[in-house]
Amino acid sequence: MSRIKDLLVSLTVLLMGRGRPSLPERERIVPDEPANPGWELVAVALFGLGALSAIAFPVLYGLADHLSHENQWFGLSLGLAFVFIGAALVVTAHKLIATEELEEDYPPEEHPEEQETIVQVVEESGSRFTRRGLFMLSLGGAGGALGLALLTPLVSLGPVFRIAPFFGTPWRRGRRLVDEHGRPWKASDIEEDTFYTAFPEGADREELGSPIVLVRLPEERLKLPASLAHYPANGIVAYSKICTHAGCAISLYRTPLFQPDEPRPALVCPCHYSTFDPGDGGTVLFGPAGRKLPMLPLEIDGRGELRAAGNFDEAVGPSWWGVRNRKPGPS
Amino acid sequence: MIRKTVRFLDQRTGDAPLVRKTLRYLFPDHWSFLLGEVALYSFVILVLTGTYLAFFYTPSTKEITYHGPYAPLRGQQMSEAYHSVLDISTSVRAGLLIRQTHHWAADVFIAAIFLHLLRVFFTGAYRKPRELTYVIGITILVVSLLEGYMGYSLVDDLLSGMGLAIGYAVAISLPFVGGNFGELIWHGPFPGTEAFWSRMYIAHVFLVPALLALLLTAHLGLVALKHHTQFRRSDPRATQRKLVGVPLYPGQTPRSLGLFLITAGVLFLLGGLVQINPIWLWGPYHTYLSTNGAQPDWYLGWLIGGLRLVPGFDVTIGSYTLVPNPFWGGALFPLVVFGFLLAWPMLERRFITHDDGFHNLADRPRDAPLRTAIGIGVFTWVTLVFVAGGIDRVAVMFDLSYTAAIWAFRFLIWVIPVLFGVIAYRVCVELQRGEEAERVRKRAEHRAKAMAES
Amino acid sequence: MRLAAVIVVALACAGAASAQSPLVTRGEHLYGRYCASCHGMNGVATPRTIGAGPGRSQAQQRAVAPSLRGVGARAADFYLRTGYMPLQHVGEQPRRSRVIFDEGQIRALIAYVASLGGGPPIPQPHPERGDISLGQHLFTDHCAGCHQIAAEGGYVTGAIPPPLEDATATQVAQAVRIGPYVMPRFSRKAITTHQLDSLIAYVEYAKHPDDPGGWAIGHLGPVPEGLVTWFIAMVALVLTCLAIGKRLRSHE
Repeated sequence: MSRIKDLLVSLTVLLMGRGRPSLPERERIVPDEPANPGWELVAVALFGLGALSAIAFPVLYGLADHLSHENQWFGLSLGLAFVFIGAALVVTAHKLIATEELEEDYPPEEHPEEQETIVQVVEESGSRFTRRGLFMLSLGGAGGALGLALLTPLVSLGPVFRIAPFFGTPWRRGRRLVDEHGRPWKASDIEEDTFYTAFPEGADREELGSPIVLVRLPEERLKLPASLAHYPANGIVAYSKICTHAGCAISLYRTPLFQPDEPRPALVCPCHYSTFDPGDGGTVLFGPAGRKLPMLPLEIDGRGELRAAGNFDEAVGPSWWGVRNRKPGPS
Repeated sequence: MIRKTVRFLDQRTGDAPLVRKTLRYLFPDHWSFLLGEVALYSFVILVLTGTYLAFFYTPSTKEITYHGPYAPLRGQQMSEAYHSVLDISTSVRAGLLIRQTHHWAADVFIAAIFLHLLRVFFTGAYRKPRELTYVIGITILVVSLLEGYMGYSLVDDLLSGMGLAIGYAVAISLPFVGGNFGELIWHGPFPGTEAFWSRMYIAHVFLVPALLALLLTAHLGLVALKHHTQFRRSDPRATQRKLVGVPLYPGQTPRSLGLFLITAGVLFLLGGLVQINPIWLWGPYHTYLSTNGAQPDWYLGWLIGGLRLVPGFDVTIGSYTLVPNPFWGGALFPLVVFGFLLAWPMLERRFITHDDGFHNLADRPRDAPLRTAIGIGVFTWVTLVFVAGGIDRVAVMFDLSYTAAIWAFRFLIWVIPVLFGVIAYRVCVELQRGEEAERVRKRAEHRAKAMAES
Repeated sequence: MRLAAVIVVALACAGAASAQSPLVTRGEHLYGRYCASCHGMNGVATPRTIGAGPGRSQAQQRAVAPSLRGVGARAADFYLRTGYMPLQHVGEQPRRSRVIFDEGQIRALIAYVASLGGGPPIPQPHPERGDISLGQHLFTDHCAGCHQIAAEGGYVTGAIPPPLEDATATQVAQAVRIGPYVMPRFSRKAITTHQLDSLIAYVEYAKHPDDPGGWAIGHLGPVPEGLVTWFIAMVALVLTCLAIGKRLRSHE
């Protein structure tokens, strides 16, 4: 019993008692500076707080089911643990360790002798060659060829030389327009002053060529160029929903409640605010888009359902070097 | 105990001379020299938290139906990738903390690199013999931008999908090769195939971090070999040939460790207390969906500004599209900025200073008025374009016309940088003159005193 | 068909006029004072010149404001209780602002506008019957392009789609059906009653979403995140650097 007491007492003395370590008599490398017991206690306190916060983290983790704002508690405990221990170390650096600012020479700017030796070694190592130029050329050529050969498999990453996929869309004459759940759009579903998203029936909806936006415009709003005059069906026009600038979905339809005082109808992309005129074949009214929106010709079948009457008038998606080369076709 | 350990290690590795030298390696003491360390420590946190996230993430676009705890998305179709990140955020205990800390660390990592770059630029610390360190540093910044972009793209939420679409548009806008390049990366036109996600994943978690680690090693190795620059004024003993600083041990170790822990602490506090990228609110991405106010993370905001400021045109020759529009703002603009930064040490030497000497002493910005002026000009230019990228939000908040603001910016981004550059130049020159006058006055006083005493 | 509608409206008006309640009379007075200069007496905008301007057609030069015949209590309630009306200037975007009428005046005006003829009544949405997940999806599809995915508002060229944090369930229901200013208008065919209830359920949720991650910084994503990065994180870390490292002193 008394042994345990002794142990505790000596442990306390060991931890709490003050006294600087005795070092052998010799010339010091790290300069001596006076003790700073007050700051020592500050550092100890900060370490203590850090330890408490750190211990709090696993405790809170275990109790997470009973906590509201668990993420906040986790972050607070772990973050504070780091900050407290970090602060203790900064205190240590500034108050408890000898502040030395030593001086030293910068490394030499260069080593002329070594440079010379290197040059000499390299030069002399080639002294047996007679056709040096030819040798170096063949070495370089072989290395380059091998490097090229090793890069070849990278071509398999994509159909690099096939540009056809860019022009393919799932649309073709007679394909029905369906909504997100696959239900066909009827011409009578499409009302003025609002917009609808449609997809080709049975096709992959994620393809850039798939989604279109449908709006119905009053006759006097349609001012299509002659080449597109037959594209609308009953005042309903369809455009690719993918912006020709950067490929975002055009999910804004600006449509004035009271035409005389308010901005004219427009399809707008939310990424960079390219603004397109739905009455004019999708021409750009504002913003960075360099091409008009591709327009899809429509027709109405006997059941009143909307069908594509062909493919888009222009390639779909953002511009690239060949985007104007061809009209889109079936994918 | 200490002696025993040291002897044990030295006898088995022969490390004593090296350790002795390393312990007394000197760090010049100035607060701005710690900015690079903040970046380094953020990188460490990124690697640690990122590894944890990789334990739970699934790089797949396979469509599945959500049945998890977040009611507003229950029953919706989403990719496995997005689903796994939703799970990390809602179901993995402490997953959200780690995810948010990872994201904050990315934002802070690049912010710290950027401040570090400003410090190096405006103090001329990139000059001979440290040009390589500088070039590697710029490369680290470029690679980090790509790494961050891929990081938030992997989530496959609505914002990341829109960001990828824009990235794709910029990639295929490269003149002559763009379309083919896009197909190479995405394995076909956007949104690409499943293969693209495997690629982006391995690039984000292995290839690019490994490259970054390599570059960081080279960067730090070069710093160690040539030592830091220092300010002439930080210590009277500091000269071109004499380095004055705090030794690694005992002085610098607790400082750097303390900075590391405080950086980690700030990041975890943010991760716990400030919500970042609430992907459950954004919902899953489909090519036909988008949202208003979509922005990239801050460090790519300047590119959005570039994309928005360019007027709407494609450069065409007949039916051949020479320069698609996104190229200007999304590719050429960063190329010019990074090209300038990379070439700057050479440009300055060739055309301004004609100075091929070694420089261990850092300038203060006023010591090189022309460099400061040009730097301020370029920095202002990029900042203005950056601001233009978020001007829609400003327009909403202050009820301004966005279209008018865009037109104003198209003009102002060329005028204000020149103006600021000129002002910076004048300020530097004035400060120098003031100091010169002060020196003359002091000398005269000194002389007068000496005269009076004699 | 149209003729029949006109007759019905005319009859309704006549009926209303013959048995005008005191509320409607009061509304008529208020209407004359605050609304008639643009919307015209009896809710029919009189052709009046608003002047030629770039891009204004002949028809546009004459019109001032839409006719209020047939817009019903639904529109009157929406525009008055949001403070959208009265407008300061013809043609500007109506904004949520201080409501200048008291409750009695609003009721009177609504009653008067409703009495002008056959419009829809004030809707009574039931978001509690809606499906929030369906609502989220519908919102993404139809609304997020302008109002932002968390209903924080956004921008469209030429107009500013407002944030929906102050919009009541009734007002959302009204706006969806009316399509104020440049907003699209969705009929029952485009968005069914159940879909509308779901949509409103999501909007109600988006006003106060669960924010498990902490301080929500506006649910706007990268822009405020960048501000926090720079003005909180970087400020804290630069201050740390300043505390750890030495600063240059000018006396040397």
